Amino acid sequence: MKIIVLMKQVANKDAILRINKDQTWIEESDLSYEVNESDGYALEESLRLKEKHGGEVVVCTMGAARVKAVIKDALARGADRAIHIVADDSLRPSPFAAASIIAGAIKDEHPDLIMSGLQSDDNSYAQTGVILAELLGLPHATIVIEVDASGEGLRVKRELESGWYQWYTMPKPALLTIQSGISQIRYATLKGIMAAKKKEIREVTPQMDANTASHQKVTKIYFPQKQKQTQFLGNGDAKAGAAMLADKLRTEARII
Amino acid sequence: MKHGILVFIEHRAGAINKISYEAIAAAQDIGAKLNQPVSAVLLGANFQDLAQQVTAYKLDGVMYADNEKLAEYTPDGYADAMENVVRARDPFLVIFPHTYLVRDFAPKLSARFGKGVISDCIRAGLENGELVFSRRIFLGKIDADVVPNSDAPVFATFQSGAYRGETAEKGEGAAVETMAVEVGEIRMKPEPAFQEVKSAVDLTKAEIIVAVGRGIKGQENLQLVEKLAQILGGEVAASRPICDAGWLPIDRQIGSSGQTVAPKLYIALGISGAIQHLVGMKNASTIVAVNKDPEAPIFDIADYGIVGDIFEVIPALTEEVKKLKG
Ligand SMILES: Cc1cc2nc3c(=O)[nH]c(=O)nc-3n(C[C@H](O)[C@H](O)[C@H](O)COP(=O)(O)OP(=O)(O)OC[C@H]3O[C@@H](n4cnc5c(N)ncnc54)[C@H](O)[C@@H]3O)c2cc1C
Ligand SMILES: Nc1ncnc2c1ncn2[C@@H]1O[C@H](COP(=O)(O)O)[C@@H](O)[C@H]1O
Repeated sequence: MKIIVLMKQVANKDAILRINKDQTWIEESDLSYEVNESDGYALEESLRLKEKHGGEVVVCTMGAARVKAVIKDALARGADRAIHIVADDSLRPSPFAAASIIAGAIKDEHPDLIMSGLQSDDNSYAQTGVILAELLGLPHATIVIEVDASGEGLRVKRELESGWYQWYTMPKPALLTIQSGISQIRYATLKGIMAAKKKEIREVTPQMDANTASHQKVTKIYFPQKQKQTQFLGNGDAKAGAAMLADKLRTEARII
Repeated sequence: MKHGILVFIEHRAGAINKISYEAIAAAQDIGAKLNQPVSAVLLGANFQDLAQQVTAYKLDGVMYADNEKLAEYTPDGYADAMENVVRARDPFLVIFPHTYLVRDFAPKLSARFGKGVISDCIRAGLENGELVFSRRIFLGKIDADVVPNSDAPVFATFQSGAYRGETAEKGEGAAVETMAVEVGEIRMKPEPAFQEVKSAVDLTKAEIIVAVGRGIKGQENLQLVEKLAQILGGEVAASRPICDAGWLPIDRQIGSSGQTVAPKLYIALGISGAIQHLVGMKNASTIVAVNKDPEAPIFDIADYGIVGDIFEVIPALTEEVKKLKG
């Protein structure tokens, strides 16, 4: 089974975000990056399916040179090869544009399965995978937390809201968007890291045509306005804050 | 001519999903600002009575798209049916609630119009006569203003809680217009939805919940949280990554894919406050947040906040509570 897994590089979750001068994006100069959370799970699931059913896992990442870190890490964990869509970051494509570019880059691959994360932690569009499926004419399932590929087609478990689930069957090829927690993520081994050095990374430089035009334009980003008057306690002193909190919980909130 | 706003009404198990009324409120609000009529659309097979319920709202019309292939939700079926309706009605804006079902098919629908969705919006308003949507990015830490940069129709989804369902204006006189829609091959076969066996802990009954997030770093540190919960007489709960990692069982997860709770006291330790977590706990009477990042979105809904390291605050708080309890 040939699987393409989409992986995006995003700002580190613990990074203190600052907004750039023209308020178009965050200040990226001293930012640290990591792989998008659900994409890491999509890779893990791809590797497990390959171990079970044989085949190949191809990582596909779009972004500037720095996204090679995501590719190298995925190859070290066991992906077989990679496609790097080299794209100017300032482009910040809309989800439709991103899916169109990815569709172009993988059009000759003919995978049995494409996996993406369920949404990116930076833009949170929650669309790129679904649009890609439509552009490629594939059936899809979103928010998938279990995959059974032992039969002719696929049987997948989808998460619904508030503790409900549902199984779906569909033919291959198909596209799945993976929810975090589908399985425990492996670490890269030293052997894997060494082996990764010999693996192929195909670079694709997309044509920026009409499809690249953004159908939704971000005009401005800013920190949200606070709605609630929070009483901040301790002023940086953890012990004092804890003492004040305990007191408030007794006298004001009357919980203790 | 492109005109009017179309609002998508979601239903499941024979009832209208309440978040659909929030979408109606959103559509009415934008409609009033732009002086545009609002109609609703509901898809299904023999669901006329549900469509009839929607006529209780102030709407220009209620479209009911009927096809036996729409008896249960599938992305293929819903995308085909909605494409029919949108092409026939030619609205300039289509509004949806941002539910898991909508996330599953709206991007597929919009792709057929050569575009994506302006997804998960929290506000919409006019700026210099132009419609501007606001959405939350970076897991709730930053807001982005977005303008549609294309021809009609524009597709937009609104986050749960962005508008209040009760504010959707009631009215009379909207008629149900049944529309036959063509639905092609359905490739995905759904099995009935189910819930996992009921969990041992029912957090909805807990009066005090001490919840922990990724800030706790490792499973071995959970005992700190357990100790605090114990001294307070509360239950331990967690954000999704803690359960994903297997550090706590999934029945301890709070949020859109976990439990929804409303205890007297909710203490969030090292939890950033992503919307999917907030929807599960924002109705707690008293919310306490401890986070080293003063900008963490969790503080936006906290009554009491401590900006600091949970590894200092948790033991100190445990001691203080112990003292008070004598
Ligand atoms: C469809 C969908 C469904 C989801 N369902 C759920 C759900 O049901 N429940 C849920 O919780 N999430 C859910 N999520 C995930 C959600 O979007 C967030 O990713 C998640 O809630 C983040 O968890 P967190 O706050 O623990 O981690 P992070 O966002 O990584 O936050 C960790 C926080 O800890 C702070 N911190 C770190 N170290 C310390 C320290 N030493 N002292 C103090 N503070 C510290 C950091 O400043 C940060 O704010 C869902 C997502 C999607 C897309
Ligand atoms: N630049 C990118 N490179 C690779 N994959 C991406 C990229 N952008 C989005 N994706 C994939 O699409 C998913 C959904 O992203 P989004 O639509 O932005 O929420 C992500 O989890 C990734 O798997």
